[in-house]
Amino acid sequence: MDPRLGTALVVLIGIPAVLVGYIFLSEQVLRGVPERRRGRVRPWLWLAPMLGFLIVFLVYPTIGTFIDSLKDQLGTKFVGLANYSFVFSDPDTLGAIKNNVIWLVLLTALTVGLGLVIAVLVDRVRYESVAKSIIFMPLAISATAASVIWLFMFAYQPAGTPQDGTLNAMLAAVGVGPVPWLTVSDFSFNTILLVLVMAWTWTGFCMVIISSALKGISPELIEAARVDGASELQVFRRITLPLLMPTLFVVGTTMVITALKAFDIVYVMTNGNFDTQVIANAMIEQLFTNGDFGKGSALAIVLMIAIIPIMALNIRRFQAQEEMR
Amino acid sequence: MRSPSSSMGRLAAITATAAIVAAACGSSATATPTAPPTGTPGPSGVVSSPTATPAPTKIGGSVSVLAVWGGSEQQQFLAMIKPWEDATGVTVNYTGTRDEPTVLTTAIAAGGSSLPDIAGLPGPAQMIQYANAGQLQDLSSALDLPSYKANTPASLVDLGTVGGKLVGIFLDVSAKGQIWYDPKVVGDLSTTAPKTWTDFQTLMTTDASKAADPWCLSVSSGAASGWPATDVLESFVLHTQGPDYYNNWWAGKVKWTDPGMLADWQQFGQMVATSYGGANRILTADFSTAGDPLFTTPPGCLFLHEASFITGLGQFAKETKLTDYNFFPFPSITDQYAGAVEGAGDLFGMFHNTPQAASLMNYLVSAQAQSLFVSGGEFLSANKQVANYPNAMNQQLGAILSGATSFVFDASDQMPTAMQTAFYKALLSYIQHPDQLSSILSNLDSVQASAYTTQ
Repeated sequence: MDPRLGTALVVLIGIPAVLVGYIFLSEQVLRGVPERRRGRVRPWLWLAPMLGFLIVFLVYPTIGTFIDSLKDQLGTKFVGLANYSFVFSDPDTLGAIKNNVIWLVLLTALTVGLGLVIAVLVDRVRYESVAKSIIFMPLAISATAASVIWLFMFAYQPAGTPQDGTLNAMLAAVGVGPVPWLTVSDFSFNTILLVLVMAWTWTGFCMVIISSALKGISPELIEAARVDGASELQVFRRITLPLLMPTLFVVGTTMVITALKAFDIVYVMTNGNFDTQVIANAMIEQLFTNGDFGKGSALAIVLMIAIIPIMALNIRRFQAQEEMR
Repeated sequence: MRSPSSSMGRLAAITATAAIVAAACGSSATATPTAPPTGTPGPSGVVSSPTATPAPTKIGGSVSVLAVWGGSEQQQFLAMIKPWEDATGVTVNYTGTRDEPTVLTTAIAAGGSSLPDIAGLPGPAQMIQYANAGQLQDLSSALDLPSYKANTPASLVDLGTVGGKLVGIFLDVSAKGQIWYDPKVVGDLSTTAPKTWTDFQTLMTTDASKAADPWCLSVSSGAASGWPATDVLESFVLHTQGPDYYNNWWAGKVKWTDPGMLADWQQFGQMVATSYGGANRILTADFSTAGDPLFTTPPGCLFLHEASFITGLGQFAKETKLTDYNFFPFPSITDQYAGAVEGAGDLFGMFHNTPQAASLMNYLVSAQAQSLFVSGGEFLSANKQVANYPNAMNQQLGAILSGATSFVFDASDQMPTAMQTAFYKALLSYIQHPDQLSSILSNLDSVQASAYTTQ
């Protein structure tokens, strides 16, 4: 028998047993605490394991990464802000920051916009579940596989030879010469193509969440508006959209963060060449190709700082909603 | 022209006019296979100072090996180590990955316990990096050092040495910078190959009507895209500026904006401009298919500049050696550097000094293992005892290496990794934007200023 099966069994039974044991133990400990204080102590005891994990796997590495970002390549001596001045002066990383802005704006607009439009439209047809399934399906494909699929779509052969890329074969069928899609960097054309690939996979995600929020809007409200003589467009703009706003905000911030973290599609399709670099790929390159922990960590910190305001906004919004209830 | 500094012993050794691989040439047609010596396990199971024993002992246990090979190359490697496994009773756990740097860097950052016992190293620059991290074992205790040094060209021994310790061995070597052609298109050039670049230009003009373009070139190779172009540029640097300039260049002592460099980049630009399919094909076609248009009807191109391993890739693998394709050495550009050869090879290092790992390392460099390795026809050996190449073309390649007036190792592979990555990317940018050469080169200068200080 494979010894790993034994390990799997231990994990399967052991982890729930340890959790139950912990709760049981914490109740035993609470008996020693005066009755009126138990209510204040109990949440902390229950929270303690999770807080422990959070500190070990999130807080500690974040602080470690920040310290590494102030050190040299091998992490042996401090170099001050040299790694940060590299990030904001090297043409490759500057290009990455510029491209990430394109990713952020375009990906969020496309996925949330299309997700909303599709959710509202399919809400009105009988084959809704079929349409939604088809649009949702790309999300189930791993990003690497999706990238490979699109590499075949964008494949290029010199003019006059058989085109083995889907798009160029279609162009050839109507007598148009091949386009070297992924190497055209004018107006960030190839970056936009990569964003489209990501949008293809993520639109389904936005659509599903927006669609479920749409189902939550009471039909009486819409009915009442129609009875009052509102046109369909007015119903959408004055009733549906405001009620969807909290959901759109959450989906939007998720997509902004997804855009900032964009890596796999870029790594597989261009590896950041031809002016398509993004911050996450530049970070991987510094860490694993160049073995430069200083510059890699600095890029990671820059990425994290870019995400913090969005997270903060999201949390404030969430708290405001809680207060409204 | 810069003169070599006398303090650079390492450089001098590499450029030493030396026969690199005493291959072919029938001097010793029968390689004497030596039995794999094995280390003696110490009390704790770790070899303290293994002595080479003539008879293989059954040591049992296992050894983990990580390398880039998959498919037929992996089969060839495993076939080579099979006799050793049978003799010692050690099981080899082989893992193939195309992403060696990531796997090794991650394992080193995690403290080194998850490192394989033995691994192929991505290149000399990474080898130095891993050795400086204290993870590569000194091989002087694992190998029979005097016999290794006697059987291996001095320049390769030097390349595997960091801070006076031998940490890397060359499992195989390859000759880079051959010009490949289809004899059915341009005729058999085996005796009439152009000796100089001027002759070569004349030949290209004469044969211009036989193909769409003179050159084939493609540089796409996943995350390492750009490296095939480094080989071309390196050929121009070596044959125009000479081995000393070349070695100073990769060592960071020649600026990228140096007039000599600029001229070589422009010469490379000439080749790009006259390559089949233009920049778009060069950038998008995988390097393994670089030479495929040589064999189309009508041919897309006349010549391909590529290392000897191209014969196992793309359309080459389906064509017949000598009748469908052949090669000639890179023609000389500056007379005094005629016969200079660039090569590369697969480095292996040991991360854990176990008796099994030490024994395998010892076996890998032996004439027995090396003879088995080259018999498949894919590889050239770094061991001077090995001469049993299976075909005329490999003998010819071996002869180029052994007849080299000077031998240099792949420049990009010896640069610090940050410099190397920037070099790859710079070539891709240059192919895409030929008008931005001066800004591309000055950016390389700024990378050079920081990349060498941390190593």
